[in-house]
Amino acid sequence: MDFLDPKSIRDKICIVGVGNTKYGNFPETDAYGLGAEALKNALDDAGLRLSDLDGLVVNRIPSYERFSEMIGLKNQRFGFQLPAAGRMSALSVMLAAAALLTGQASYVGLVYGNNGRSVRDYYGGGDSLWSPWGFTSPGARHAMMFRRHMHLYGTTSEQLAHVGVTFRKHASLNPNAVMQKPYTVEDHQNSRFICEPLRLLDYCLINDGGVALIMTTADRARHLKKPPVYIRAMARADTYTDTSFYTPLDDFWYDALQQVAREIYPAAGISRDEVNALMIYDNFSPTVLFSLEGMGFCPRGESGPFVADGNLGLDGRCPTNTSGGHLSESYMQGWALIVEAVRQLRGECGARQVKNCEVVQYICATPIATSIIFRR
Amino acid sequence: MEYTKPLPKPDVWSRPFWEHAKNGVLATQACVKCGHRFFPPGPVCPSCYSFELEWKPVSGKGKVVSWVVFHQLYYKGFADEIPYNVALVQLDEGPMMYTNIVGIPNEQISMNMPVEVVFEKATDEFTIPKFKPQAGG
Repeated sequence: MDFLDPKSIRDKICIVGVGNTKYGNFPETDAYGLGAEALKNALDDAGLRLSDLDGLVVNRIPSYERFSEMIGLKNQRFGFQLPAAGRMSALSVMLAAAALLTGQASYVGLVYGNNGRSVRDYYGGGDSLWSPWGFTSPGARHAMMFRRHMHLYGTTSEQLAHVGVTFRKHASLNPNAVMQKPYTVEDHQNSRFICEPLRLLDYCLINDGGVALIMTTADRARHLKKPPVYIRAMARADTYTDTSFYTPLDDFWYDALQQVAREIYPAAGISRDEVNALMIYDNFSPTVLFSLEGMGFCPRGESGPFVADGNLGLDGRCPTNTSGGHLSESYMQGWALIVEAVRQLRGECGARQVKNCEVVQYICATPIATSIIFRR
Repeated sequence: MEYTKPLPKPDVWSRPFWEHAKNGVLATQACVKCGHRFFPPGPVCPSCYSFELEWKPVSGKGKVVSWVVFHQLYYKGFADEIPYNVALVQLDEGPMMYTNIVGIPNEQISMNMPVEVVFEKATDEFTIPKFKPQAGG
């Protein structure tokens, strides 16, 4: 089968505006209100008006029709609504990029709104094939995988702790992070088990919030308020074998991520060593380990020592989740990580700014493995 | 005493699994064409796309390939058992299933521990297959 040469789309599509709300407990609004606020902020950031948008992708907002009606969007000729799963953030960017590349839209707004905290989303319970045995929740699936990783490679909970400890340190430099107080490996070890072997501090922070992006083509982007952030390359690989158990035994999405790695670096013409910062989908801390191994930042099975050696810190080899990520800034299902990538590339990150940041890679290890390489 | 844990909600594919369990038999689907054994159940063989499937008993023996211990309560019916285990068991015939390990404390569950099925009657309609360490295992 012939595919479009992925190199041919290099730097053709840009993110030109980013916006977000505060993250927290906001029962006075909802996903629509939060999304509307984030989109307004993203439009202001880009120096664009609502009337400039002719495309809209909404994620986790219950109805695309109602959202467009609410904000008064006219002239829309492209749009999609994606379901609540976190893996949908990069997919939304890919969808918008495809629309822009094929002339289906000129300026696309991408809007995420989540009021999971105020409506008390527990991410567990309910009927399933496994509920008679009390098995439920994404956290439990990751706990099951991490136990296996511990067995195969000798990875420890203390090593895993460094993921959260490092991200919290970053969050202490991010005024919009929900949790900013640094903690130690010992604090992690003393935090209560939620689903053993995972502890409270291995879980992301469910909050209310909105995030939005504005995307357009490179020729249009040059005339806007802020310097564009270019999409250099994108890749995706899906794994549904044994998806009832989340991954095939001992896979940890490695095969899919390896395929993504084989595609994305040549497509970008950029090597791993040239990536200045990583944004890794951290719904639970083990996902960060799986992502680092699958994308080849450390050898398979060695992610435990790799993170314990401080490689993810601001002054480490791979500064990762400089905003604090889902574990400390807020669980915005990948969206806020993409915003952080843009802000790092623009040099807007203040105390947590990565020096000379030219290339940032987003990685998401889920049944849909995705990655996007951004450059300034 | 009333059974308060979540009961199975059989669908058209899983109903035979629960009917076998009620009769004290652990069974999975097997492909008539290629012999592939799989679980959870479905309309076709995920190995060769054949629709010719049959339900066949398994030995009921397998091993623990991973496990977790729930400290957080998600189902009221499990309140008295917190912290309770859920194990991923791989049957000798190949398929995996989530289940509970019974008969030993959570601390004694170990990787690759050989286990065998036991049946716990929940209601007149449903019996839940669980696993215990194999005798002499």
